[in-house]
Amino acid sequence: MGTVEYIQHHLTNNHIGEGFWTFNLDTIVVSFLLGALIVLVAARLGKQLESGTPGGFQNFVESILDFVSTNVRDAFPGHNPLIAPLALTIFVWVWLMNFMDLIPVDLLPYLFQLVTGDSHAYLKVVPTTDLNTTLAMAAVVFGLILYYNIKCKGLLGFIKMFLFHPFGKFFVPVNVVMTFIEEVSKPLSLALRLFGNMFAGELVFLLIALIGGTLAVGAAALFWAPLQAILDLAWLIFHLLVITLQAFIFMVLTIVYLGMAHEEH
Amino acid sequence: MSINATLLIQIIAFLLLIWFVNKVLWGPLSKLMEDRQKKINDGLSAAEKGKHELELAEKRAKDVLKDAKLQAQNVLSQAEKRGSEIVEDAKVKAVEEADRIKASAQAELEQEVSRAREELRKEISSLVVSGAEKILNKEVDAAVHNDMLDTLVKSI
Repeated sequence: MGTVEYIQHHLTNNHIGEGFWTFNLDTIVVSFLLGALIVLVAARLGKQLESGTPGGFQNFVESILDFVSTNVRDAFPGHNPLIAPLALTIFVWVWLMNFMDLIPVDLLPYLFQLVTGDSHAYLKVVPTTDLNTTLAMAAVVFGLILYYNIKCKGLLGFIKMFLFHPFGKFFVPVNVVMTFIEEVSKPLSLALRLFGNMFAGELVFLLIALIGGTLAVGAAALFWAPLQAILDLAWLIFHLLVITLQAFIFMVLTIVYLGMAHEEH
Repeated sequence: MSINATLLIQIIAFLLLIWFVNKVLWGPLSKLMEDRQKKINDGLSAAEKGKHELELAEKRAKDVLKDAKLQAQNVLSQAEKRGSEIVEDAKVKAVEEADRIKASAQAELEQEVSRAREELRKEISSLVVSGAEKILNKEVDAAVHNDMLDTLVKSI
């Protein structure tokens, strides 16, 4: 298998359907499983909540909760009971989906190929390297931004924001274009930032995997294999930071954008 | 890698997950943490109040102790005073008694002395009379010589 082929194979989703009605099965299944994991763990934890002296795992979850609610309190003016659970969901889910990136790139596809018996079966395990996932979340956030803009400013106020923001009433056409770009760039930047980071990270993992996979033949493997291991470890440690940072950024920007939507002009 | 219907599924998944997280995780746990926060705050304020009350009680105890000390001192000094008074009284009384006893003894003594003197005088007078009788060899008329006898007795 050639280099290009190897990478392309890794970056192709396991999908069914044609055109727009294509379903990326791996993305859907993995993200659903991770979501279900969150719900199951939460439900199990919920049954044995301890008010007085929480045990280890509850402490861990509580610290995440505390972290999220501190961020919400810092970045979000006023009070909205939806913001904190939304932020928590984004942080945990995105982090888990990003974490799939740290599983050795060939492990899950290889196991999948073994299980299905199809040596050419596609499997792309990181849902956030699928633009559909990040764009879906950004779209939901965008919907909430629109909803709270209209709810807090009124429909008239929202239209006014488009007409007179940022340059005042003498530049109405410019204002409309500017505000439109400003609003649309919010979800787009959210989706593309996460997607880009994770996609690039995955690509680097693939390239590192190629060092040992294709270049090492015979005695040269003695040099290339340890190099691959060291590089892989280095990138993994760095990437651990990246996936956390990206989940955090997605969460904070969501809070900030929704906070802006709540502000009255 | 293009946008397709997966987007719709992911939107639904995301919405469902938000709902679940809110219901199962955020709701109960944040309520629990809030309750705990409130409990801790209550406990702290109660402790603060208890401390304050303790301070007050200590102050009160100190006051009471001071009062009691003062009172004890008073009682003690009074008792001392009263004691010395009693001693003084007893002394005065003893002196008086002694004086009285002394006086009565003196009086008795004097009485005794005068009585003895009287007896002596009588005896002497009778001795003198009998002596004179013997000398004169006749009876002396006591009545006639009474005056002389009296002067005699008195000169003894």
